[in-house]
Amino acid sequence: MPLNENGEYRPLIVAFCCNWCSYAGADLAGNNRLSYPADVKIIRVPCSCRVNPTFVLRAFQRGADGVILCGCHPGDCHYTSGNYYTRRRMALLFSMLDYLGIEKERTRVEWVSAAEGAKFASTMNDFCKTVAALGESKRLEDLRCKK
Amino acid sequence: MRKIARERLDELFAKIAADKTLYLPVDTDGGAQFLPWKEGTALSSALHTVRSPKDFFFPQTENLMAFRREGKKIELIDVRKEQEDFVVFGVRACDVRAFDVLDNVFLKEPADTYYQNRRQHGIILSLGCGKPAETCFCSTFGIDPAEPKGDVACFFSDDELFLEPVTEKGKAFLASLDGLTEACAENAADALKAQTRERMKQLPLADLTTDAFGGDKTETYFRSPAWAELSRSCLGCGTCTFVCPTCQCYDIKDFDTGHGVSRYRCWDSCMYSEFTKMSAGQPRLTQLERFRQRFMHKLVYYPANNDGMFSCVGCGRCLAKCPIHMNIVKVMKTLVKEAQGE
Amino acid sequence: MQEITRDQLLRKAKELLQNGTVDRVMGWKKGEFDYDLTPAVFKTEGDLSEFVYSDFCGANFSKYLVSETRADGKVLVFLKPCDTYSFNQLLTEHRFDREKVYAVGIPCDGMLDASKIRAAAGDFTTVTAHGDKLIVKTLFDGEVEADRNAFLPDRCVNCKSKKHVCYDELLGTDGEVLDSHRFDEVEKLESMTADERFAFWQGELSRCIRCNACRDVCPACTCEKCVFDNPKSGVENKAAADSFEEKMFHIIRAFHVAGRCTDCGECSRVCPQHIPLHPLNRKFIKDINTFYGAYQAGEEVGTRAPLTNYSKTDIEPKDAAERGKTHA
Repeated sequence: MPLNENGEYRPLIVAFCCNWCSYAGADLAGNNRLSYPADVKIIRVPCSCRVNPTFVLRAFQRGADGVILCGCHPGDCHYTSGNYYTRRRMALLFSMLDYLGIEKERTRVEWVSAAEGAKFASTMNDFCKTVAALGESKRLEDLRCKK
Repeated sequence: MRKIARERLDELFAKIAADKTLYLPVDTDGGAQFLPWKEGTALSSALHTVRSPKDFFFPQTENLMAFRREGKKIELIDVRKEQEDFVVFGVRACDVRAFDVLDNVFLKEPADTYYQNRRQHGIILSLGCGKPAETCFCSTFGIDPAEPKGDVACFFSDDELFLEPVTEKGKAFLASLDGLTEACAENAADALKAQTRERMKQLPLADLTTDAFGGDKTETYFRSPAWAELSRSCLGCGTCTFVCPTCQCYDIKDFDTGHGVSRYRCWDSCMYSEFTKMSAGQPRLTQLERFRQRFMHKLVYYPANNDGMFSCVGCGRCLAKCPIHMNIVKVMKTLVKEAQGE
Repeated sequence: MQEITRDQLLRKAKELLQNGTVDRVMGWKKGEFDYDLTPAVFKTEGDLSEFVYSDFCGANFSKYLVSETRADGKVLVFLKPCDTYSFNQLLTEHRFDREKVYAVGIPCDGMLDASKIRAAAGDFTTVTAHGDKLIVKTLFDGEVEADRNAFLPDRCVNCKSKKHVCYDELLGTDGEVLDSHRFDEVEKLESMTADERFAFWQGELSRCIRCNACRDVCPACTCEKCVFDNPKSGVENKAAADSFEEKMFHIIRAFHVAGRCTDCGECSRVCPQHIPLHPLNRKFIKDINTFYGAYQAGEEVGTRAPLTNYSKTDIEPKDAAERGKTHA
């Protein structure tokens, strides 16, 4: 189990970031030397609504401890309305995961614009901390993928 | 023949389970299924488990081997473990026959060593059928539920269990239980057997025969116009194949674990659109062809390759479970009617 | 006992075949016993001798229309109230040609569950209804008299509507949309702890044998190629080789029909392992009602499904799990 220098669990986080806002926001965080844990693995998507529920489940299957989707603020979608669909889709998916007894703190949707480098970094710091407190994800793991 | 009082069944099960894993039918929310016996487990009175006991020898999924990748090295890992001895109690005559059908497939040279290993370590305690169901038609295939095979044949009366050794393995196993069981007359279970046979005659499907089927009937039925109507409402699900005690098709697949490969085998169904993908694709493109394949295999192709033995045992699980109630009995009756009529 | 009889349906079928309104009739064909009826297509009046209608006609015919309407000519289909919702939903999704179907609505008093009868009375061959009483003729234990309502499946006990939302012609009388208790089970699960819910679903889903019957029977599942059958999808599997794959299959199956599922209950009816699948679908229906306003898939043709729609003030995903647990 990977631990940090304080002996705390270092979770693996998958962050799906929309190309137009959140990915640029992550860039800005980097340019501004704002730090967030390297345990966040960013996957760039054209729009947050590209993320199909199977992507979220697959991330957990392959070892993610938390999955976060970042997109443009509602109303600011590059494609006009993509993130509105994301919002509905993930609201239902997250509620269903909770219904199946899977910790709801392991999933999150956050709206991060290209100008919000600081929000990106603080969101990731906060999410990592929350997920770290939960420890390893067990309820959606696939034992075959464990090293 | 040996016997033991029914109220001492738990003692018997405890004695068997003391050094071997003992599986027996147990009632669950999903119907009866074979589960390991432990203190307090009650034997189900159901005639059939939902899933057949073929799982014991041919499980739905099983890992065959694994590959681990580290840098540029690939390590091959043999995941096989020697099976420990286990005992299955309560296997019906039809399901015991199904093991013969599977043996013909898996134990012919080159033998399937995964299957073989489990088969060698299993002890089968079969159970006579006191109350066959309306869906039963094992007698069609020459099976006598009053005389089940296996290693030891068992029979329940209202207050006793009779145990009769069938194989040498069964004899030795039964001898190990001598302290618990008591000797009884060789014909002690004859009245029970007679009752079973009498009840079999009263079943609605008692008259069904295989006379019109066999290895030489490909031409007779392959082009029958009846297939179109028979298969029309088939959903293409795999229920019939997965509850079937004799269906033995499987697929071997590689799962990419991210740090290697897990090679496993899992049941496949000829009813599925992605069954037997070859370089040219699935050879049976329509549900009619897939549907026909399943029944032709049971009634014609399998007997052609196995000295006339049919690969249906008449357990009736597909009759009970098909979502649209299409099944081998309706297929047999319709094909024969069609062939005779025109 | 059904309000409508085989004779009435048969008369209607013959009349419509004779006057040329339809070319084929979808119906139930008699089996070996009373309960094992198979959906079939009858082309002539002669064929109709094997047509049956009874308390065991549970199958929803709507999905068959997708393939049935590809042939020439018009087909007669008998629809129970719950079937008409699926019928409308398929029309909304342009899955079949309405012009090729003549829909006759038939009233329904709930269809019997053969496995419940078997569990209570033993193996049986025939069942005769006398009002609310059933006479079950068992194989070896003589006749058993029982209350009909005891043998209804959950979907009929919690029937959502006796009203037909679509038909060309109605036999018998139309009913009302009912005030059902179909979400009680969902609410019960919601009120458990996360650990209890996880244990519950782990137990239920572990029985899955991946026969795909729930998917293949579902009138909302009409993809030509399912993601789980497509080796290139990365999630294709023929068996759950790990317990993850059981959850994956059932979450995605239910999610893909969220907002389109009419709650006909076919998935639970066909499951050979008796896994309660409708509480997954009903959770989505309940959440949709709570988050986005009451919505019944299939109530009208042409409505925009909740997941292909949005409002600017929708609930945020972080609040969904808690809001979803509010009880009506």
